[in-house]
Amino acid sequence: MEVALFATCLTDTFYPRVGQAVVRLLRHFGCRVCFPDGQTCCGQPAYNSGFHAEAAALLHRMTRVFAPYACVVTPSASCAAMVKHHGPPLLADNPPAHEAALRLADKTWEFNTFLRDQLNVDVAGLLRFEEPVTFHYPCHARELYSPADLQGWLRGNGHDVRTPVHADLCCGFGGVFAVEFPEVSGAMLDDKLTELAATGATLVICNEAACALQMMGGARRRGLPLRFKHLAECLAESLGLLEPAA
Amino acid sequence: MNPTSGLRARLAEAHRDQRVVDAVHLATWRKVEARADAMAGLRHYAALRDRAAQIRQHTLDHLPQYLEQFVERATALGATVHFAANADAACATVCDIAVSRGLKLAVKSKSMTTEEVHLNDALLAAGVRVVETDLGEFIVQIDRDRPSHIITPIIHKDRRQVARAMARELGCPYTEDPAEMTRIARQHLRDIFRRCDLGITGANFAVAETGTLCLVTNEGNGRMTVTRPRVHVALVGIEKIIPRLIDLPVILKLLARSSTGQPLGAYTTLITGPRREGDVDGPEELHIVLLDNGRSRILSGPFREVLRCVRCGACLNACPVYRNVGGHAYNSVYPGPIGSVLSPLLYGRPAEELPRASSLCGLCYQVCPVKIDIPRLLVQLRTATRARQPRGKRLLMRAWAWAMDRPWLYRLAQRLMRRLLPDDGTGWINRDNHLFRRPLRAWTAQRDLLRPPPQSFRELWKGGLGDER
Repeated sequence: MEVALFATCLTDTFYPRVGQAVVRLLRHFGCRVCFPDGQTCCGQPAYNSGFHAEAAALLHRMTRVFAPYACVVTPSASCAAMVKHHGPPLLADNPPAHEAALRLADKTWEFNTFLRDQLNVDVAGLLRFEEPVTFHYPCHARELYSPADLQGWLRGNGHDVRTPVHADLCCGFGGVFAVEFPEVSGAMLDDKLTELAATGATLVICNEAACALQMMGGARRRGLPLRFKHLAECLAESLGLLEPAA
Repeated sequence: MNPTSGLRARLAEAHRDQRVVDAVHLATWRKVEARADAMAGLRHYAALRDRAAQIRQHTLDHLPQYLEQFVERATALGATVHFAANADAACATVCDIAVSRGLKLAVKSKSMTTEEVHLNDALLAAGVRVVETDLGEFIVQIDRDRPSHIITPIIHKDRRQVARAMARELGCPYTEDPAEMTRIARQHLRDIFRRCDLGITGANFAVAETGTLCLVTNEGNGRMTVTRPRVHVALVGIEKIIPRLIDLPVILKLLARSSTGQPLGAYTTLITGPRREGDVDGPEELHIVLLDNGRSRILSGPFREVLRCVRCGACLNACPVYRNVGGHAYNSVYPGPIGSVLSPLLYGRPAEELPRASSLCGLCYQVCPVKIDIPRLLVQLRTATRARQPRGKRLLMRAWAWAMDRPWLYRLAQRLMRRLLPDDGTGWINRDNHLFRRPLRAWTAQRDLLRPPPQSFRELWKGGLGDER
């Protein structure tokens, strides 16, 4: 199966290792992976901020970049949700573009759900953790997978998975919100990190680059010994496709 | 002037009030858990929620017809129905009813519409004394405070503040025992109930089919308010209509569970007309004031679904922003996520920045018993104020979108960022080690910034990853 990787701008810039893990995993499970070099951003920051003309233009651009491919996979639930749910209505007054956006929505997959639903990979059976883990459930995964799904993937092989008291609590990032209302965003971050730290696990599974930027930076500022990894990195390490990282 | 900066400062200041933030954390978490437990024990939750949303939306889609039916039925039962186009008209109507009949002492059960039109102030100016009989609202009133939650008006207060207010204003002995405080308030209110001549309520629902008003309360004060005084005035938003009596239980099953985790409110009062021949209690006169105050404008626009709201408060309890700033920070009768949608629609400019103060985490939508897609409405409202955003932000957004449309520029920006960001070898940028204090400060004030690693993903891909295997 041929798969086009939609790396997302944040993963591309800040978390190349996640992209690397995704590529090697997809190949490991028999996919041919392409990386269309023209890709940039799906337009979500503009969409969330109310700049919908700009967001529509960027989404339209995405539909052209990924037009040649039958299947698009991304390691970000947030960007997947943008492309799949919020994006198409932005192009409603331009029928051909809208049509293209609906096609893109239809063929775009969030990485974990792609493994589960398209490749039938038993993630729970393949993952190996040598230590207790906890997790952050990204808010924008809501229409893609549930906190229970995520727990299910982590829980295989008798792993010690420590569920935070409120598994679906927001990290406080929220895009432009994080810099427009930094005090409130920081307070939400405090609430989140307190719950994660209280689990006693120091490894946090976080499948979202934006949330990771917020929580890693927050944990470092507060001197908390939390480490954050995308599930793809853990799975690639478990299968020997990536050198284990600290 | 940056319009968001006023709101930012207000929210930041609200968050600095540790006592309020602690009280709101404690109460909202307790309610979130109570709601979750209650819903877990409810059979067919998803189907009920779908049905409730459908009933509310259907009503809005046919509102003129159902309103007409309601007015016809209520009038036939002997109620007098008034229409109030706005807050002033509503206050004038109620004051006129009171003054023309020489009514002097009004009791009120909890009502958001009366808060919305500031009815108490108007009545006071007309020479009518108004006493709040909901315990929370009573404390707000004696402490000259404002409610900060649509269901739990004193969610921001702790026990000591309540005890102090009661001792000071009622002249009773100081006590922090909730049972004792409740007893004192009840005793005080009993005397008021004995003497009152006007009862003022809102309504949770108004049933078109039967002309019935439905009131949900927890303390019995609502029932006393509508039976004891000679005249009952209900101020009801026009969107409160539901078509039939059998639609009521669908929504009632979700309402109290969403609010407090109770299966039902302690008192569900159905009022069908004033006192009839042979009735043992009830008012001689029932006046129903149907309040528009911007609702028909909202109804005809793209935000119609917000009028499905049943004022359960679940979105406030679930919201991580509300939890960290409390209700007063919103500067509106309607705080929290639903308030951030409703307030700009009702009040325009002064509230128009509220939709930006959300991380769009979606918990509000998740818990809404009538499925109002609050995050989507918030985003939609943000488009409306786009032109009034600070110039710098508009330029930045346009420049960013322009660059993202040109992959070469995107790659250049990526490389420039790595070049320009300071590098002290830690891989991080903190509060102190960066030159760009101003632009980065909004981020680094709260968290360190991860320095992008030396190679981006696309460079890894070009540098060999693409050709592996």
